[in-house]
Amino acid sequence: MQHGKYRFIVGFLAAPLALYALFVIWPFIQSIYYSLTDWTGLSPEFGFVGFDNYSRMLDDEIFWKSLQHSLTLAVVLPLVTVGLALFFAFMLNVGGRRRRGAAIAGVRGSAFYKIVYFFPQVLSIAIVALLFQFAYNPNSGAINSALQLVGLGSIQPDWLGDPDLALLCVMAVLVWSTVGFFVVLFSAGMASIPRDFYEAALLDGANRFTTFFKITLPLLWDTVQSGWIYMGILALGAESFAVVQIMTVGPNGGGPDYSTVVLPLYVYQKAFRDGQAAYATTIGVALLLVTLAFAAIVMKLGRRERLEF
Amino acid sequence: MKTTDTATPGVESPGSPGGSGPTVIKTVAPAARKESKSEGAVLNVFSHGVLIIWAIMVVMPLLWAVMTSFKTDRAIFTSPWSLPDGLHFENWSRAWSQAHMSDYFLNTIVVVGGSLIGTLLFGSMAAYVLARFDFPGNRFIYFLFIGGMSFPIILALVPLFYVMQNLALLNTPHGLILVYIAYSLPFTVFFLTAFFRTLPTSVAEAAFVDGASHTRTFFQVMLPMAKPGLISVGIFNFLGQWNQYLLPTVLNTEQDQKVLSQGLVQLATSQGYKGDWSGLFAGLVMAMLPVLAAYIIFQRQVVAGLTAGAVK
Repeated sequence: MQHGKYRFIVGFLAAPLALYALFVIWPFIQSIYYSLTDWTGLSPEFGFVGFDNYSRMLDDEIFWKSLQHSLTLAVVLPLVTVGLALFFAFMLNVGGRRRRGAAIAGVRGSAFYKIVYFFPQVLSIAIVALLFQFAYNPNSGAINSALQLVGLGSIQPDWLGDPDLALLCVMAVLVWSTVGFFVVLFSAGMASIPRDFYEAALLDGANRFTTFFKITLPLLWDTVQSGWIYMGILALGAESFAVVQIMTVGPNGGGPDYSTVVLPLYVYQKAFRDGQAAYATTIGVALLLVTLAFAAIVMKLGRRERLEF
Repeated sequence: MKTTDTATPGVESPGSPGGSGPTVIKTVAPAARKESKSEGAVLNVFSHGVLIIWAIMVVMPLLWAVMTSFKTDRAIFTSPWSLPDGLHFENWSRAWSQAHMSDYFLNTIVVVGGSLIGTLLFGSMAAYVLARFDFPGNRFIYFLFIGGMSFPIILALVPLFYVMQNLALLNTPHGLILVYIAYSLPFTVFFLTAFFRTLPTSVAEAAFVDGASHTRTFFQVMLPMAKPGLISVGIFNFLGQWNQYLLPTVLNTEQDQKVLSQGLVQLATSQGYKGDWSGLFAGLVMAMLPVLAAYIIFQRQVVAGLTAGAVK
């Protein structure tokens, strides 16, 4: 297979690699360089300022707020989402009435539940955010009206307008839209665990909760861990940007009193609203470091002996 | 792995640990069976309850949106949960024509169609070479592609905006297509490289020995064999690109170039459209229905495509 091999390799790699280098790699390298300049993004001239942007960032109160919110999202969202999804997936696959001859069984209609739970995953995050913005509307939104219908009319929170609640509302939407994906993912993993393991454990008198922690979770650990990282990256990146930017308007965007501003939104605002492109890339570098640190910590904490079956 | 397959005292040994289900269960002592049965029943009621509650929580907002899209503006504000007093289809037609939903749809179809074809073509070309050929730099290029999966796009967006501006690609469909392709390559290459490695080499070698060029072997032998992988990764990219919001928000700000998700958000916030909530809901539902319908029809493939990368 040597004839014309290198010509073929170059020919096939050239176009994809060129596109990738021009639109992905090159901007990433540039952004690290720009973070050391005073570039506004509006004019082509700029000067090299060293680490000025970085020291400015450390004094920037809103940067710390957005970092704090992003970290909250990165810790709380995977915890809630992955936890809920594991719970649902276990119910779907093991929680059913025991049928004749089977040690464990999924609930009746588990295929139906999986289809329904997955709905939000195929919708655009922008559409989901818009929908919930209406639902959260304090005066005539679906949630407060529903409270009124069930006789809780005295509780009418301002949801997105309340600085104490706004971030929670944002998180709820992200959980709502992603749980289904993990339910399906974990279900697929659970389905591949041999049934004999459960049968043997149940024979030994283990109850469902023991079987979950001693069999299901250890054997599913790789999938759970990659799900955890995936959810964290999503919480730090584009999805949280879309939800916060669309749902929490506020005078400056990012909710009342910057109560929901997150790192990607702050990068966007600095670059495309305030004309501070260099400073924006500095915050972007911070976001990159947070993301990499997050992935590294999860992988380190999650390292276990790999189980094969 | 090792499991606790030691037989319980007093219980007839089930024989080999890998024994089939029925024989194992029959050997359980009556008392134990009864106890676990009642536990199963309670658990069954409990799990159905929990599962139904979440199903309702997922479906309610969607049904509510559909219902609201048929209401008058007045009804939306005065009684958000009551059924519409009639089916106001004029909301839909108004959103379709006056609110430019038809344009947004067309733009999205053009951009996603173009980038999907490009992503699959370029992704499979790169993945094939990386999976099947040994050459200096192979690993480096592979990891260069894979690395893109973990970087936050927002960091690259600021310089990318100016790269696009300098190339006169801002606010053009072909510019957006190229960017979508570039940002879809990491996962596509990752997925398809693994896929091409699993395909047998003998067929390709036979074709090559018969005188087919590498290029011809790829297009006429390997690509048809890779069809299942292409479908999976194609669905994944279709949903991702159809739902893309961040990239067009920054790179595509011209009014008549907007794609669906950003067009809808703009409708919701723009001054000009203020007041027409029913039209906005109609637009929202219009954007939701095609993907939901496609998902229900191709449910199996969508799930397989979306979870393929994450399950080992």
